[in-house]
Amino acid sequence: MDLDHSPADEAFRAEARAWLAAHVPLAPLPSLETAEGFAAHRAWESELAADRWSVVSWPTAYGGRGVDIVRWLVFEEEYYAAGAPGRVSQNGINLLAPTLFDHGTQEQRARVLPSMATGETIWAQAWSEPEAGSDLASLTSRAVRTDGGWLLSGQKTWSSRAAFADRAFGLFRSEPDTPKPHQGLTYLMFDLRAPGVTVRPIGRLDGRPAFAELFLDSVFVPDEDVIGEVGQGWRVAMSTAGNERGLTLRSPGRFLAAADRLADLWRTHADPADTALRDRVADAVIGARAYQLFTYAGASRFAAGEPIGPESSLNKVFWSEYDIALHETALDLLGPEGELADTDWSEGYVFSLAGPLYAGTNEIQRDIIAERLLGLPKGRR
Amino acid sequence: MRFLLDAEQRAFADSLNALLTAADTPPVIRAWATGDRTPGRALWSRLADAGVFALAVPEAYEGVGPLPAELAVAFIELGRHGVPGPLVETVAAAVLLSELGESGSAKRLLPALASGEALATVALPGGGPFVLDAEAADIHLTVDSPEAPTRDTTPPARLHLSGSGSGPTGSARPSLDPARHLTLPHPTGELLATGPHVTHAAAQALTWARLATAAQSLGVGLALLDRTVEYVKQRTQFGVPIGSFQAVKHQLADAKIALEFARPLLFGAALSMAPADVAAAKVAAGEAAYATARTALQLHGAIGYTAEYDLSLWLTKARALRTAWGSPAECRAEVLTVHGPRSTDSAVSGGDPRS
Repeated sequence: MDLDHSPADEAFRAEARAWLAAHVPLAPLPSLETAEGFAAHRAWESELAADRWSVVSWPTAYGGRGVDIVRWLVFEEEYYAAGAPGRVSQNGINLLAPTLFDHGTQEQRARVLPSMATGETIWAQAWSEPEAGSDLASLTSRAVRTDGGWLLSGQKTWSSRAAFADRAFGLFRSEPDTPKPHQGLTYLMFDLRAPGVTVRPIGRLDGRPAFAELFLDSVFVPDEDVIGEVGQGWRVAMSTAGNERGLTLRSPGRFLAAADRLADLWRTHADPADTALRDRVADAVIGARAYQLFTYAGASRFAAGEPIGPESSLNKVFWSEYDIALHETALDLLGPEGELADTDWSEGYVFSLAGPLYAGTNEIQRDIIAERLLGLPKGRR
Repeated sequence: MRFLLDAEQRAFADSLNALLTAADTPPVIRAWATGDRTPGRALWSRLADAGVFALAVPEAYEGVGPLPAELAVAFIELGRHGVPGPLVETVAAAVLLSELGESGSAKRLLPALASGEALATVALPGGGPFVLDAEAADIHLTVDSPEAPTRDTTPPARLHLSGSGSGPTGSARPSLDPARHLTLPHPTGELLATGPHVTHAAAQALTWARLATAAQSLGVGLALLDRTVEYVKQRTQFGVPIGSFQAVKHQLADAKIALEFARPLLFGAALSMAPADVAAAKVAAGEAAYATARTALQLHGAIGYTAEYDLSLWLTKARALRTAWGSPAECRAEVLTVHGPRSTDSAVSGGDPRS
């Protein structure tokens, strides 16, 4: 058992650190939930991609560096320690790309991945529907066969980044009369600017359009944009959900850097007599380290050939609740200044509040932990 | 980078688990609590034969150590089975003696600790106000300073050794965990060493004691979770197992999350042995075990609130270990001692980058 990185890993770390030191914008970019910020973040994706830092774990053919998961973790640690901007391409990179690597065709990968890596095409997820959130199998948006492709109709909601994104991916019911609700679903990609698509941005708590509703009225999608087999969308999507909750959605580097900044904030703003607040800062530092080491253990199992299993649900509940606690502590440290909406701490706070809601609510994750990891009997939800 | 137990470490854990399962520890724990130490000493001897106490003793003194990761593996199993006695204290005594670098007392005392012939207890600065199981221990070590430290000076520490029967008497206080016997330290007997190297050795011993306590806590928490999961699967109410209720499941899921995130902190700390890492592991494991104890009690209902039901043996230990060898507040303060500022950027605008 060890935590030692190889000399090659350390060389990779040094290379990443040097590049980031030379390229990370000095001033924070505007919020990516605004049109101006979205454009600035898109340009940043392009700058990353120019030197192959946007998708380091992808094969070189698609703009990556082909590095393993340990080196990906190293890169992420450096990325966030350098104070680099949040990733506007994350939905595509973390959710769609792994699906294409597992289930896509050679043609789809060659067509979709390079422009995703450069930020030229920004992807939004389109999973949820007004009556289908955590119970994704109950979704009702339809894909109807037509000449050379499919016609999509229905309504999607809580579509992150869709207010400014270019394309989207999600599940549609292609066979309406199947015996079980998770059968007869097909995984499709579609253009957010295609005829028949209406995007209605939805303001999140602070009013910024972090997500949108999508109204689809006979939107044509060619056959080449079906991922995996027709009717097998559930199986395809579940591998994506595993990725989302698993090792790659929230990198430990993000929380390590945030905990470092929180400790700095504590040193400059703390009332030394407030030991309750001190203890919360310590817990944030401990939590970041716990998450890093838990992820290293998972990466070690993954490298040894074991699949990512239901333990990814442990991960999702942990980071989502940790993220809120960390930001609440920062706002409490700031006192009345914590109310200000134009700081990165408050932006991070608003963002963190969504964590227990998306990627499968934490209630669903706790059910998964109880049933699949602890072996408790199924019951009514 | 391969941050997983290797095959040998897993086999070690499995063999200890098998040994302790076969030993049927609850009667041993209850006997220890009432002062009958015969079954406890017999179990101690078997654990020593399995190599547990040799892990903290260097090879030069008939040990196999120092091996903190293996020690953590072992102490998880000791906690899982609720083994009583000055387990952590014997480890701390071994580290204290080997770190002193005075081969006389090390040669004299360490082989007996490694082999399980002798049980030790120890009082160290920062370790808390009480000595554990003094009446059961053959070797008593006490580190203290003759005068209080001031802002500018730390007075030289002194290490005293006393033997069985000469330890503190008359000051026994009952513990919430009936299997733990507490007394106040009483520095008497042979003065083994004095000076800054004693201070250093005591700090090393404290770090090992915290690591072992963290591991023991994690084991206690895992036992509480396992027992509660089994219980809620077979206990029925309203015609179904209570384990099918979401309110029950979610409490157990939270316990599982807390314990599983404490585990990598423990092994990370065993690899670095940095005091802040060990303190972090102790906070996480201690809090996870205690939260699991509360959940275990709630989900067992009134039967869990009784001394006659075995669950109590772990419930009370989870609470006691939480403050043994450094309270959560002390350990959290330790975590922050090394976490200094890395930049002079404006703190208000220096939040984390959005995901």
